[in-house]
Amino acid sequence: MVCKKCLENPAITLPNSNISLCKSCFFKYFERKVFKTIKDYKLIEQGEHIGVACSGGKDSTSVLYLIKKFSEKRKNITITALAVDEGIKGYRDTSLESLKKFCDKEKIPLHILSYKESFGKDLDSIVKKFPRPCSICGVFRRYLLNKGSKNLGFTKLATGHNLDDEAQSIMMNQFRSNMKVSARLGPITGIVKNKNFIPRIKPLYFLMEKEVAAYAFLKGFIDKYSECPHTNTSYRGNVRDFLYDFEAKFPGTKHNIVLSFLEILPLLKKNQEYKGSLNECEACGEPCSQKICQACTYVETVVKKI
Amino acid sequence: MKVFIERSHEHKEVPASSVAELLKKLKLNPTAVLVVKNGKLVTENTKLKNTDDIKILSVISGG
Repeated sequence: MVCKKCLENPAITLPNSNISLCKSCFFKYFERKVFKTIKDYKLIEQGEHIGVACSGGKDSTSVLYLIKKFSEKRKNITITALAVDEGIKGYRDTSLESLKKFCDKEKIPLHILSYKESFGKDLDSIVKKFPRPCSICGVFRRYLLNKGSKNLGFTKLATGHNLDDEAQSIMMNQFRSNMKVSARLGPITGIVKNKNFIPRIKPLYFLMEKEVAAYAFLKGFIDKYSECPHTNTSYRGNVRDFLYDFEAKFPGTKHNIVLSFLEILPLLKKNQEYKGSLNECEACGEPCSQKICQACTYVETVVKKI
Repeated sequence: MKVFIERSHEHKEVPASSVAELLKKLKLNPTAVLVVKNGKLVTENTKLKNTDDIKILSVISGG
């Protein structure tokens, strides 16, 4: 078998197809798909300051590289990397080292916010008392990314979410009957515009996790794919494993989940527009739907009791 | 051939004539891994020899 485009040795067979591509043709395919998503959904426009939420992993490093590449051909787009250090020894410390080197090489400014400085404890300490940490970690991470984005003047925040992540989120919300959260999904997040909430964009929305991993490997961004040591305790981890099994038996499943979701997303957003309102947390001023945001609640009920 | 599975940090010696056969023997989901043969990313149809050095990377990362 050879590359469909140029007859070189193939590096990857595209998921859900029999098309195999060599390294160079795969790069073109991948980048075209990312740039098309950015243009079709108007994810990035002239004059914007785009923050990129980075972990040092394959997805966010690829997004950072590609947004830089996209902006080089256009005027007046500023890029800044923003990372969150949860304090997970042996995982986040090593990925942040890779990220620092990458940002140095690409000359992209990097800001790092930590749980310890922001909330008083790192995740390794929280886990000792709170053994299922994924929900609290997700709340803290989103909180810091939004707060950091506002402080740094970002107009949008790009994340490394890929098609697999989106399919998992859609199914998780279905299984939990949580349509309100699903209405916030899509290539660009948010239901109502609010100065307190920085919209998030997902340039890798239509690329599968395997394609992103292959791109990052072939680009030499990372040579080791690490996984959070706490991920198996999460609901998402279970949904992810289920979808991987299902995809192997029925190729195209994840694409179909996302494509059918996009058809109903406008209806979901419209439905939630009337129900949802964003308040400001009485303790910290961050956007929330209750009087006190979930991050402040966790600080009071969990972190301060450790 | 020598196979290193990165996610579980396991080294194994597994005979297989192709990448697809190797993944089947190791009971690994082909949609969840990348296979690197002698430093190069290869597809499932790729033929293998006993002298090949194989590394299997999980595509799952993050949390």
